[in-house]
Amino acid sequence: MAPPDIVVFDYGFGNVRSATRAIEEAGGSATLTADRERALAADGLLVPGVGAFSACMRGLSRADGPRIIAERVSAGRPLLGICVGLQVLFDASDEFDEHTPGLGIFPGVVGPLDNPVVPHMGWNTVRVADGSRLFEGVADRRFYFVHSFAVPAAPVPGAAVTTCRYGSEFVAAIESGTVAATQFHPEKSGQAGIQLLRNWLNTL
Amino acid sequence: MTVAVRVIPCLDVDAGRVVKGVNFVDIRDAGDPVELAAKYAADGADELVFLDITASSGDRETTYEVVRRTAEQVFIPLTVGGGVRSVADFDRLLRAGADKVGVNTAAIGRPELLTEASRTFGSQCVVLSVDTRRSAEQPSGFEVTTHGGRRSAGLDTLAWVRQAVGLGAGEILLNSMDADGTKAGFDVELIEAVRDVADVPIIASGGAGRPADFAPAVRAGADAVLAASVFHYGEFSIADVKEELAQAGYPVRRAA
Repeated sequence: MAPPDIVVFDYGFGNVRSATRAIEEAGGSATLTADRERALAADGLLVPGVGAFSACMRGLSRADGPRIIAERVSAGRPLLGICVGLQVLFDASDEFDEHTPGLGIFPGVVGPLDNPVVPHMGWNTVRVADGSRLFEGVADRRFYFVHSFAVPAAPVPGAAVTTCRYGSEFVAAIESGTVAATQFHPEKSGQAGIQLLRNWLNTL
Repeated sequence: MTVAVRVIPCLDVDAGRVVKGVNFVDIRDAGDPVELAAKYAADGADELVFLDITASSGDRETTYEVVRRTAEQVFIPLTVGGGVRSVADFDRLLRAGADKVGVNTAAIGRPELLTEASRTFGSQCVVLSVDTRRSAEQPSGFEVTTHGGRRSAGLDTLAWVRQAVGLGAGEILLNSMDADGTKAGFDVELIEAVRDVADVPIIASGGAGRPADFAPAVRAGADAVLAASVFHYGEFSIADVKEELAQAGYPVRRAA
């Protein structure tokens, strides 16, 4: 069987080189591109994201990302968001007192973490949702987080919401149908992260 | 659920080669930063720091190549510092595959660099490296130094950290020049003082001589601990440090 064909969406944000290599390490075939047809046709679309929410949304829009993502989601084509690539799937962000609309695929608003020390930087444990496929075999492992904002933990109808606590509890990962996303960086989470990506590839 | 204390080995890299002799028997080329990085990742390092000490700017391309190769083979976060002077330098290192960039002297000369870099790439990838020593000249009793601790920058360490965090630094790499190389333990008073003024993560560096030295640094407020020669010379391992930290009650990530 040919390895799953993954497009790492190259819209100018995120550690795309690491994400591409980690997909390959997990057994996928990865292409770094922002080409619309390739992004629509791939077995899986990986949406990275680092830095400010509003900047990532602007970058996505320039690359026609919102439409590509919406088309894939409505067609039931798999998608994996990472870090800000998770956050943009939600309704909006109130980062830096600036309200920026997101893609609205999931309900929730990104807000600041409630902890004396931010960013939340380092390896943390998660409370894995029932029905999760991403965390099979790695539910008790630590994953690498680096972020100052997050979606407060709350149930999302029809979704498996895995949470993490840093001050308050927030969304560490969400899986709903063919849409999956992680707040942490699987591509920086050592062998546990590679296994999680392998689990995602296995769902394709 | 608590974030683990990070244990970070630091490699000094000169023109693409690791300097300070490294004596591991189980790797082929102990001078290759990529091989060493992979070994440390397998040993349970939570992050890696490369300090680029390449003197000639003509050899910079070699550094980028090392960063590229490391990011392609090692799936843990990588911070690269040394000689970073501009947003363009940040951009080149991040594009090569660094997750965070350390800046030191250039930020002292031009603090706005911290703001420019954090606005462009996010504060999470802006690491302020501070080389500091005790000094009666400054109100806090600690001063910032440059040139490997040989010169005073004429700045109070706590005032500088406070200013740098305000400008956009997302993490502090705090290196005690007094403790560095002594193997007598971290300067816990320094760490406590900086913890009081910084609401970003602190990496404590300088003075580690035995596994038991690390827990006091964490007790003083460090979020992460860094060491170089003790790991390179195999005096003890990352696992030894984590065992001590765990014994002291701190959360650590165990290697797979």
